[in-house]
Amino acid sequence: MMQPGLYHLLFISAALFFIGVYGFLTRRNLITMLMSVELILNSVNLNFIAFNKYVWPQRLDGVFFTVFVIAIAAAEAAVAIAIIINLYRSHQSIDVENAEELKY
Amino acid sequence: MNVIVLSAVWGVVMMFSGLFIADKSKAKYVAIAGLLVLLVANYFDLHHKFLFASSIGNMLQFESFGMIFVTIALLSTLLYVLLSGAAVEKVGNHAYEYFALLFFVLCGVGIAASYNNLLMLFLGIEIMSIPLYILTGADKRNLKSNEASLKYFLMGSFSTGIMLLGIVLLYGATGTFNLVIPAVSKASENMMVSAGIVLLAIALAFKVSAAPFHFWTPDVYDGAPTVFTSFMATVVKVAGFIAFVRLFENAFGGMTDVWQYTIALIIAATLIAGNITAVFQQSVKRMLAYSSISQAGFMLFAVYSVNAFAKEGILLYAAAYCLATIGIFAVLIKMKDFTFEGFNGLAKQQPLLALLVSIFVLSLAGIPLTAGFLSKYYMVLASIKAGGLLWLIITAMLCAAVSVYYYFRLIQAMYFKEGDANAIDVNPRFKALLVVAAVLIILLGVYPNALLLDWFHIL
Repeated sequence: MMQPGLYHLLFISAALFFIGVYGFLTRRNLITMLMSVELILNSVNLNFIAFNKYVWPQRLDGVFFTVFVIAIAAAEAAVAIAIIINLYRSHQSIDVENAEELKY
Repeated sequence: MNVIVLSAVWGVVMMFSGLFIADKSKAKYVAIAGLLVLLVANYFDLHHKFLFASSIGNMLQFESFGMIFVTIALLSTLLYVLLSGAAVEKVGNHAYEYFALLFFVLCGVGIAASYNNLLMLFLGIEIMSIPLYILTGADKRNLKSNEASLKYFLMGSFSTGIMLLGIVLLYGATGTFNLVIPAVSKASENMMVSAGIVLLAIALAFKVSAAPFHFWTPDVYDGAPTVFTSFMATVVKVAGFIAFVRLFENAFGGMTDVWQYTIALIIAATLIAGNITAVFQQSVKRMLAYSSISQAGFMLFAVYSVNAFAKEGILLYAAAYCLATIGIFAVLIKMKDFTFEGFNGLAKQQPLLALLVSIFVLSLAGIPLTAGFLSKYYMVLASIKAGGLLWLIITAMLCAAVSVYYYFRLIQAMYFKEGDANAIDVNPRFKALLVVAAVLIILLGVYPNALLLDWFHIL
């Protein structure tokens, strides 16, 4: 059985990153956009772990950075959900196209 | 270190005092007390006496550049709370929580001014940003405020992703998060370092709203409650610049060939986009948002030219810009109408207020004898010393001339137009504080060394 190497992980991580960017730029549903952002952050996490394991295995820097990213992502998601609920209460919708008060 | 710990602690104190003190109007006094505590703590920081002995493993570095900036940020916040504290309490029902979030932002400012490690850069920027997403949406029943916080959040989290990708590329190439980047030999590693630097530059340009990543700024600044716009546009924005300058000076100072031209293009784009669009604005609040973009263009000169002049200049710029913008916003909050017409004839009703606003505006436009002039001068001088590009400096000069147009429109509205603009509940204390700010701006413009820049060398 083939062991996954650095390049496999980097490929997956790059793919996830760009799926996230694509979703962020094309989707109009706020929850999906939030998921896309989380996908971006998690692809970077994967990248950190891969570099830590295969390139710089002496110290655990990358793994610890991942822990901080997860914590920050959780805080961001909490704030984001609060913002989305607030927007839903006023617009009765979670579509960004409906949020256009500031366009002029 | 003291400021970072105590501001986080005081944020929690603020939240709990909201439980125990029923009177909402006392919130600003608790906040002022906290800021005074932080200023004392900062005094100890400046002299490298830390109240909390902790092993930070060289992840934070308390050099005088960052510490002096923290002093400026704390003093600006104090001025901001003294001038606009009552307005913060009027935003909604959670006065103590708003101030608590301001203290958490200050914790992030402290980290961003003293990080020595990319992890701390990331944490500092995020601790600054996340409370601001909440503050932007603080006016919960206002549709504009909701949308502004949504836009700010989406743009902010996207730029966080880009910043993390930049950090991971640097980590992959060098194996360390320290700011001192070890030399890399292989071509592929060199590519990764270059890509990482460019991605970090893009992410930080998002945070400081430099073109072409500035599109969120006018909407967010316009939609957010005006008091919080004032804080976002001053302390937080300048803290972003301090983080930007420290990163590019300490970490990438030896690799100017990789990024300097990109930064030059960003500066030119920011100056042109900010100034030209500001000319067409009808609302003073939105004009100030675009003016903050154009001021960001000038502040970016400090990133472009990594030298001692740039560091002194950005400190002076931080002080001048914070004082003037906080002053204008404090008056704007008291106005009924945020358009230029809303200022018509203010000079007849409130001559002193009109004069003070004129001084702030003149400083932002960079008229001699004010701090704004000298800070712009320092920025351009620093870039010339760094062998700056001629076309860039000419662009900057032309844009400074354009900016005079929209700043003077405010003065014209106040002095030469008929109208019945009036500021509501202006008390003598408010006027006295604004006078102090205006006098500081002029003194900084006349004696910058004695007031600010000499401290840079003494400490």
